Amino acid sequence: MTAATRAPRGRPLLFTSYAREMSLFPTTTRRVAFGALLAVTAVLPFVLADPELQLLATCCVAAIGAIGLGLVTGYAGQVSLGHAFFLGVGAYTASVVSGDPDGRTLGLGVTNILVWLPAAGIVAGLAGVLVAPLATRLRGLYLAIVTLGLVFIGQHVFNEWSAVTGGVGVGRPAPTLELFGYPLATTGPGYTRDQKLFWLMAALLVVFALAARNLARSRVGRAFTAIRDRDIAAGVIGVDLPRYKTIAFAVSSFYAGCAGALLFTVTGFVDPSSFSLLLSVQYIAMVLIGGAGTISGAIAGAFFITLLPRIIRELQHVLPFISTDANEVPNVLQVESILYGVLIIVFLIFEPRGLFGLWVRARNYWKSWPFSY
Amino acid sequence: MTALVEGLLRGVGVGSGYALLALGFVIIYKATRVISFAQPALMLAGVVLVSHLAEPLGFWLALPLAAPLTALLALGIERGAVRPMVGRPAFVVAIITLGVDVAVRVVVNAFIGLDVRSVHDPWGLSTVQFGPLRVEQRHIAAFVAATLLVAALFAFFRRSRMGLAMRAAADDQEAALAQGVSVGAVFALSWALAGALAAVGGTFAAAGGSFDGTLWLTALVALPVIILGGLDSLPGAVVGGLAVGVAQELAATYQNHAPWLGGNVSVITPYVLMLLVLLVRPYGLFGTREVERV
Repeated sequence: MTAATRAPRGRPLLFTSYAREMSLFPTTTRRVAFGALLAVTAVLPFVLADPELQLLATCCVAAIGAIGLGLVTGYAGQVSLGHAFFLGVGAYTASVVSGDPDGRTLGLGVTNILVWLPAAGIVAGLAGVLVAPLATRLRGLYLAIVTLGLVFIGQHVFNEWSAVTGGVGVGRPAPTLELFGYPLATTGPGYTRDQKLFWLMAALLVVFALAARNLARSRVGRAFTAIRDRDIAAGVIGVDLPRYKTIAFAVSSFYAGCAGALLFTVTGFVDPSSFSLLLSVQYIAMVLIGGAGTISGAIAGAFFITLLPRIIRELQHVLPFISTDANEVPNVLQVESILYGVLIIVFLIFEPRGLFGLWVRARNYWKSWPFSY
Repeated sequence: MTALVEGLLRGVGVGSGYALLALGFVIIYKATRVISFAQPALMLAGVVLVSHLAEPLGFWLALPLAAPLTALLALGIERGAVRPMVGRPAFVVAIITLGVDVAVRVVVNAFIGLDVRSVHDPWGLSTVQFGPLRVEQRHIAAFVAATLLVAALFAFFRRSRMGLAMRAAADDQEAALAQGVSVGAVFALSWALAGALAAVGGTFAAAGGSFDGTLWLTALVALPVIILGGLDSLPGAVVGGLAVGVAQELAATYQNHAPWLGGNVSVITPYVLMLLVLLVRPYGLFGTREVERV
């Protein structure tokens, strides 16, 4: 790095070259923070108990899916309520590729994660490309409703195609976590299943997040934001709208497919009723609560929404009027569902930039402390 | 042949309920340029109100009471969650209504509980015989109610001062405001109307049997309906509602000819129909083509 491109100390917003403004980690602080986060992730399994690690592994996978939705909705501005459909496509592709050939449901018996994970992503991505022609013709709310229809059609197919999905209430085993015959997540010498699971999912999240950030700062990413800000204006300055909307849907569905494939390896089981509208709403909530149009926001939102049931269960000790009995009012599940809705409303009204916006506010406050501006 | 005509008539009956629900969506869209995903919650609230009021008061008193109460709830939602968002992108407001829907439905579901509820309608599953055709009474009732309400609505929009104001605001909010139309009142009234329509439409969708929390999925069928008819077209909502109802009932009648589609095809028929229509006409059958300026 030459002297001209190095960040002047204490002036994080002063960029002296385009290359640095567009770089993956524009400031030293960010580079240090990223390194620290990696270090914490690496040692976390030695600190936390297995159930918490399993939960955090789920968070990492959800974050991969949320990043995908963030790319199409947050960056490219195409509202998609159909994320659950693409998650489902990925989950079943992976299960079929990795499934037992002699089992009750269809299976090809290729258990290598390097085969089934890309396969899940690619098949879901192709499904995204198939949907894209509709997306290039429709805008805004029309698109939202069409993708909502996709969830219902997908749910019907998943429920009825029991040769692949195992049928409602029965389901099928999730894909096997295995790399060239070496099992990635079994309680083995030294480490437990959940410790390995967490490391694996965290490593995958880092890979997917960096890839998304790279895409976002590229020509494609800039085309996405141009489309989001004003699609007609973007078209006028030479952004090929059908092409980039198709790319947005393909990449987003690829992420969803990979997330769907991994999501159920944690619990070990896929049930076709999982891929409902509620799942789509949860992912929309992750993106919006985290902060639309940022990768770190999508990750924060995914962790927040996935941990929400657990947080409420902890709250229950403090607020004893919330019941754990499903027959009483208000019970934990009801509080959880209401919170999804209320949090979406509160964030959109008071902090549209989401958790990321809260962070920006806190940072800006301390930057000029003790002066207000 | 009898099966076909009976299927058509059933479809018109079911479609009348969809048409009422869809009218609510379209009225809100025309006034505020927002699709309200809160309609399912409003519908469920209306149906639960009817079901609770009908026990002591009877169906004929419960329905006219529940409709204004649901309208009040809709007013509250408009005031609390939607009005602060005026001027923000339509997509953001739509997501807010989605949040409202999730939250309100939980509360309403608590009033449904685990017991089987019904709206105590006078029709049940009894039928009327027209020559060789057997028609369910509840479908006739739904059709009559929808016809009356649609006629009243159209008269309201054509003849009354407030109806004129609503049409003006739908055309151009700023111009209407400059001419002395209270756009806020238009917003409020459109939500109230949509709430009342949701309650009535939902009651006819629930008539003839019992209902539970999953009834809200019926209100979502109104989404393909409005897309089919065009988001901003009131006649489109009615035509689309009837078309979707008929398509759904015909799919239910003839689905055993295509067993590879699996059971309950009629559930997804509206969505498939919507996709097919959109591929040909991106603004629905009667929708206005948006003209965009940079």
